Amino acid sequence: MDYEITLLTTMSISILFALALNFVTGLCGQISLGHAAFLGAGAYTSAMMTKASYPFLLTLPFAALTSGILGFFIGLCSLRVRHDFLAITTMGVGFLFVGVVRQQDFLGGEVGISGIPSPGFSRFGFLIFCLFLASLFAFFSLRIKKSWMGKVFESISDDEDVTRSLGINVSHYKIFAFVIGTSVAGIAGALYAHHLRFIGPDSFGFVESVSVLAMVIIGGVGSVWAVSITAAFLSVLPMVFQFVDDYKLLFYSALLFFMMRFSPEGLYGLVEKIKKNRKIKLAKDNKNEQKAS
Amino acid sequence: MLYLELLIQGIVQGSLYGLMTLGLTLVYGLLRVLHVAHAGLFTLGGYIGVLVTNQTGSFGLAILLAMIIVGICGMGIYKFAYEPILKRPPFVTLIASIALFIAMEEIFRIIFGPYGISYINPPLAGNLNFFGMNLKIGEVVVILFSLVMLLFLSWLSNHTRTGVAWRATVSDPDMAQAFGINKNKVRYLNFFVGSALTATAGVFVALLNNLVEPTMGAVPSYKGLAIIVLGGLGNIRGTLIASLLLGVVESYGTIYLGKILDRDAIAFGLLIIILMVRPKGIMGEN
Repeated sequence: MDYEITLLTTMSISILFALALNFVTGLCGQISLGHAAFLGAGAYTSAMMTKASYPFLLTLPFAALTSGILGFFIGLCSLRVRHDFLAITTMGVGFLFVGVVRQQDFLGGEVGISGIPSPGFSRFGFLIFCLFLASLFAFFSLRIKKSWMGKVFESISDDEDVTRSLGINVSHYKIFAFVIGTSVAGIAGALYAHHLRFIGPDSFGFVESVSVLAMVIIGGVGSVWAVSITAAFLSVLPMVFQFVDDYKLLFYSALLFFMMRFSPEGLYGLVEKIKKNRKIKLAKDNKNEQKAS
Repeated sequence: MLYLELLIQGIVQGSLYGLMTLGLTLVYGLLRVLHVAHAGLFTLGGYIGVLVTNQTGSFGLAILLAMIIVGICGMGIYKFAYEPILKRPPFVTLIASIALFIAMEEIFRIIFGPYGISYINPPLAGNLNFFGMNLKIGEVVVILFSLVMLLFLSWLSNHTRTGVAWRATVSDPDMAQAFGINKNKVRYLNFFVGSALTATAGVFVALLNNLVEPTMGAVPSYKGLAIIVLGGLGNIRGTLIASLLLGVVESYGTIYLGKILDRDAIAFGLLIIILMVRPKGIMGEN
């Protein structure tokens, strides 16, 4: 049973993290190629605090705050640079984070932090807690998507200049998206640190950033449901592929590549396409029936 | 003297960056694709260089073969990976390219083993005394080689029909096509030249470290992106300036900033600072 609980906890943390990125990339259309840095900022904050024997629940707001402040500055960057430039800048933030953490002795340097205390829940309780936070944020994302703010986000991701010309203060919305998306990533980081009980600079590198972006993109940019399902699936994929251990990364990258090559709209797009085709087919069948009669 | 030696080291590193990123910026200028898998070709170049030198003993032949084989692989990547998804939003090609790069690294690891291989008899060994400074012959050759390649390329683009066709396609693809330029031929040429150049960079890096390993391309791939963004995406002169600048800054930075930042983070620190001042890169138009 323990194995299943661990698996499910990993899944729910990944869902929370992927939805955090989805808030920035999916809803607001701002690409972030360094989101693992925010996961890391939250994880380090929370781990340092619980090691100094503060209660786990108290560390969550601080984890969110650290990542959120970092995210605020990246949000400011996103006002200055756009598209490909933004992708590379956020990627740079990811590398800077890892590079700085590596050299700091009080953060454990190269070795990382081990022996992080237990969050004070039973394993099952912790799973429920992670699941609760993930669904809470999924619900929040869905609400935002339907609200006036969601419409503005959609318009920004379609065409920023047109949105601005409508008299909407694009900058505020972009920064808001970054702050929410990054502070939630920070909370996911706190959960991550207390789930694994060990963190190091390599846990928050470029590969992590790419795989979380892959979750959002394979799912179908912007769709909360599709992203959650893909995140759940992809996060346990490495464990499912355990039997081909040596070729794990090859499988994963090949999957990602062929997904982009043949169905860039993601699973969501694939499902929509099938639905549409069925509708057309139904309509055709109806017509044929009418003709026949 | 230390200052001067660091400067020379920086220039050597910068020339290697230049050879590597020229292809990246050519691809971006033509197709607006961030070609991360370029670094996979760089590693492939290193492997071919070492293997051919060890088999035949001729370093020149190794460079030539690396250029040709990697150039053809580059064209293959364009044909099978990028061409079908060019019309999609830019992150699609970016993710596809990153995935391709990771897959290439894995394939190298599976074929050539995880520990890397070295030259049995490293060519161009030995030192040169240059005004009291000790330089490896390999380093001097790197600087000279990149200089020759650059001069050759600038002659190609300014004084031949192919070069004119290429520049026309970069500045206005539709108009160029209307004048009877075959757009696809230009793209293939572009990938061939860019990949061949990065292959030489791979061979030289393998020579200077006397080692090729599957992950050799990991750091250059992301640094390469930083460089072409710094130079103002798709701008060749900007890319060369950024390469040299980064080489020199890194070489001083490792000595003076090594305590706070590791070497690879310096590139991105520089990138973010410059982009905040000039959001379109050093040579990008505002």
